[in-house]
Amino acid sequence: MLSPQPQGISADLVLVTGLKSGDQAAMAQLYDRYSSVVYGVALRVLGDTGAAEDVLQEVFLQLWRKPSAFDAARGSLGSWLAVITRNRAIDFLRKRRPETDIEDVVLSVEPDLAGETERSRAAEKVRGVLGSMAPAQRSALEMAYWEGMSHTEIADKTGEPLGTVKTRIRAGLIALRQAFQT
Amino acid sequence: MSEHEQYAEDLALYALNALQGEDRARVDAHLATCAACRLGLEQLRGDTALLALSTAGPRPPQRARQRLLDAISREPRVPQVVQTSPRHSWWGILGWAATAAIVIFALSLWKENSALKTTLSSVSSQSARNARELEELRRIAAPLIAPEAQHITLVSTRTPAQPQGKALYLRSRSSLVFLANNMPPLPPQKAYELWLIPTTGSPIPAGIFKPDAHGSASVVNPPLPSGVEAKAFAITVENEAGASTPTMPIVMIGAGE
Repeated sequence: MLSPQPQGISADLVLVTGLKSGDQAAMAQLYDRYSSVVYGVALRVLGDTGAAEDVLQEVFLQLWRKPSAFDAARGSLGSWLAVITRNRAIDFLRKRRPETDIEDVVLSVEPDLAGETERSRAAEKVRGVLGSMAPAQRSALEMAYWEGMSHTEIADKTGEPLGTVKTRIRAGLIALRQAFQT
Repeated sequence: MSEHEQYAEDLALYALNALQGEDRARVDAHLATCAACRLGLEQLRGDTALLALSTAGPRPPQRARQRLLDAISREPRVPQVVQTSPRHSWWGILGWAATAAIVIFALSLWKENSALKTTLSSVSSQSARNARELEELRRIAAPLIAPEAQHITLVSTRTPAQPQGKALYLRSRSSLVFLANNMPPLPPQKAYELWLIPTTGSPIPAGIFKPDAHGSASVVNPPLPSGVEAKAFAITVENEAGASTPTMPIVMIGAGE
């Protein structure tokens, strides 16, 4: 039913539509396309391959059960999955109940990260931006993102005022955004 | 400091789920009333997705793939009602107007074909068969295309009428007929735009339409690049003049049957 190697956002939409019809081959294609993103995020957060695999399973199973959850997301499926995965992994890490339902996650259109080449190019850009950031800014961002620390926890750990932590984190995200806007 | 500036930094933390308790509740309350901040939050969430790329981890183990596929085969999805219905005959599912248009479309193709055949060959059994088939189609079509014919759409009594669309695309002629029923009305400066999603490349504009008072609409033979292979068709909401690239979200989509 699906031709080999369709690329891009429209292909993702076709595959998600396939999920709604119970098409297992569509699921396999989506897995092949995005499992490395999902696993990579989960593993970086959790530092444990078994736990990362469990999160990987859970994220794709959620997508299988509720493909319409992606409909409202105004972004690429890859970005959406990355956000969902990181949230789930952090919840797991911090033994929290899930804070957001997958349907509540809405994000704006992102650069198309469906292909391997686009992703590695984008990854290089991101690493470049992070590398050129002031260390305090980068670590605040990474503490919030990879360790799921709250802003008060970051302030406590770094000894910085709350306001500084907030400003750093916002500026860091904007810097990332701007790198992709040129 | 304006209210939005005050929330701008909080939104970044919110996007990262780094706001807790009262602080988070405060932002929740504000978001409920402020569309601009909701949009800002969406953008920031998108930015956080970029951070996910800074990691280049190992691939997941092979067994994980099979584990997932086994799990989903134990949970077969009951197909949701999608906007196009595969494996049903057109006649039963679509309203009369839609069926009529399909028949007209088919008739026009038949006529063209028959005319071609007549000019190319002399009278033959082939021609006669075409003529008979043409006559049969005319007979079927007559009650449907006659102006005095009644048009009734039947829907299930239990659920409200769902928007539905049917696209008929003939690649060899770059010919497209699209029909829709039960489309929700749009605000004054907006229109629906139909997109042809090719197997490679970006979505191609395939016509702009607004539903009539009954929610019906059609697009017939919009200009299209020749010979494009269509993977799917989709509909978005655009400004009246239309757009050259789709504005998310996609409101209807269907893949080939």
